[in-house]
Amino acid sequence: MNDLLAGVAAAVRLIVTLDHDLVEISLRSLQVSLSAVFIAALIGLPFGAWLSVSRFRYRRIAIAVLNALMGLPPVVVGLVVYILLSRSGPFGVFNLLFTPTAMIIAQVIIVTPIIASLAHQAIRELWFFYHDLLISLNTSKWQRMKTLLWDGRRSLLTATLTGFGRAIGEIGAIMIVGGNIDHLTRVLTTAIALEVGKGDFPLAIGLGIILISLAIIINLAVHILSRTERAGRW
Amino acid sequence: MVKSILPVVLKGASVKKGGVQIIGPLDMQLLEAGCTVVIGPNGAGKTTLLRLLHGLERLKSGSVTWNAPRPEINARQSFVFQTPVVMRRSVRENIAYPLILRGSSRKKALTEADRWAENVGLKAHGHQDANALSGGEKQKLALARALITRPEVLFLDEPSTNLDGASTLEIENLIRSARNSGTRIIMATHDFGQARRLGDEIVFIHHGRICEQASTDMFFNTPQTAEARAFVDGDILL
Repeated sequence: MNDLLAGVAAAVRLIVTLDHDLVEISLRSLQVSLSAVFIAALIGLPFGAWLSVSRFRYRRIAIAVLNALMGLPPVVVGLVVYILLSRSGPFGVFNLLFTPTAMIIAQVIIVTPIIASLAHQAIRELWFFYHDLLISLNTSKWQRMKTLLWDGRRSLLTATLTGFGRAIGEIGAIMIVGGNIDHLTRVLTTAIALEVGKGDFPLAIGLGIILISLAIIINLAVHILSRTERAGRW
Repeated sequence: MVKSILPVVLKGASVKKGGVQIIGPLDMQLLEAGCTVVIGPNGAGKTTLLRLLHGLERLKSGSVTWNAPRPEINARQSFVFQTPVVMRRSVRENIAYPLILRGSSRKKALTEADRWAENVGLKAHGHQDANALSGGEKQKLALARALITRPEVLFLDEPSTNLDGASTLEIENLIRSARNSGTRIIMATHDFGQARRLGDEIVFIHHGRICEQASTDMFFNTPQTAEARAFVDGDILL
């Protein structure tokens, strides 16, 4: 209990004093996770829509695989990305290992199936409702996808924010490919792990509170900016 | 003068779903003008016939031949479903949607949508969420969205089911107005009164087969088949 209270006090102190290190790692956390989610949404949302409106032979298997990939173990993703980006790996020449870019790549791999799968589920329901109308209007596949993505934007926003939640709290993969290097790849989650390792629980809890607060603020900001709760308006 | 996509000719057309014959084999021809009402008891195959004509159902056998190639046919038809499909958009955006699909600028499409919203009495609701409309208003929205492209053929599947008298009257006035401005109406209903009020021609369908195709007066005054007679007399058809 004392640790918890000390953690809250540490969090308040860090925020009030605008601790330089805290600001730096918080911004890096946001930079990495928001970039990863942005890229994952660019891939996952259209893919989910495409999967909803397409009929092909192995569609059911593709959906099952996509759903299974939602539970990709971050440590395994980190390991694979590490091997691919390491000097002896196929992408070693780009020198990306232990950089924020490597962390973004790992998070994109983790988050894309989550966004794509949730998008597919949301759009599939809308497609079922719109099906006859869109066929009747002689729409192309691209027009159907565009319509469904636009009209399903509220559910898709939730899917994207779910992806963000996963990304901002992720540690396994980014620890491996980022290395938790001070002033370079240290983010909130890896900093928490470090402080726990050092036995500084109050600071770790303080950082945890800040991490959760950041996630809540981002979610609230997105909902407010996109006016999802404004009555009578789509 | 643009060549009409009508007449449409059905020869031995049938539709099967899950191994069950829903309609057919049907032989029928629909000419260029007026309002054809497809009438029959529930489950007779009225909706399936309309959907087949519009290309929403696959033929199991036979043929459906329009007087134009398929892409042209689709562009010159509209369909209003029994349960109106209301998109998650404002009323005016719903109505403008087909025009935007066809490449109109958003501004032009919305201006035209506002005009149609006014025509169907939805002007005051233009910026509202379309899903907040009442059943009758949703049906009017669906009609406006179907008519905004000025289709040559308009399919209506039970356009006033579950609507009260006032809403039904409004919908019928809109259908009449579309018909008078040259749109070919092909509608399904099981409402006798509506068939009498709107129909120039009746297609009576029972168990997926056309029992009778005649002018409205002839169908209601001198039905030729036993099934049609029983239906007109108000008997229950099994």
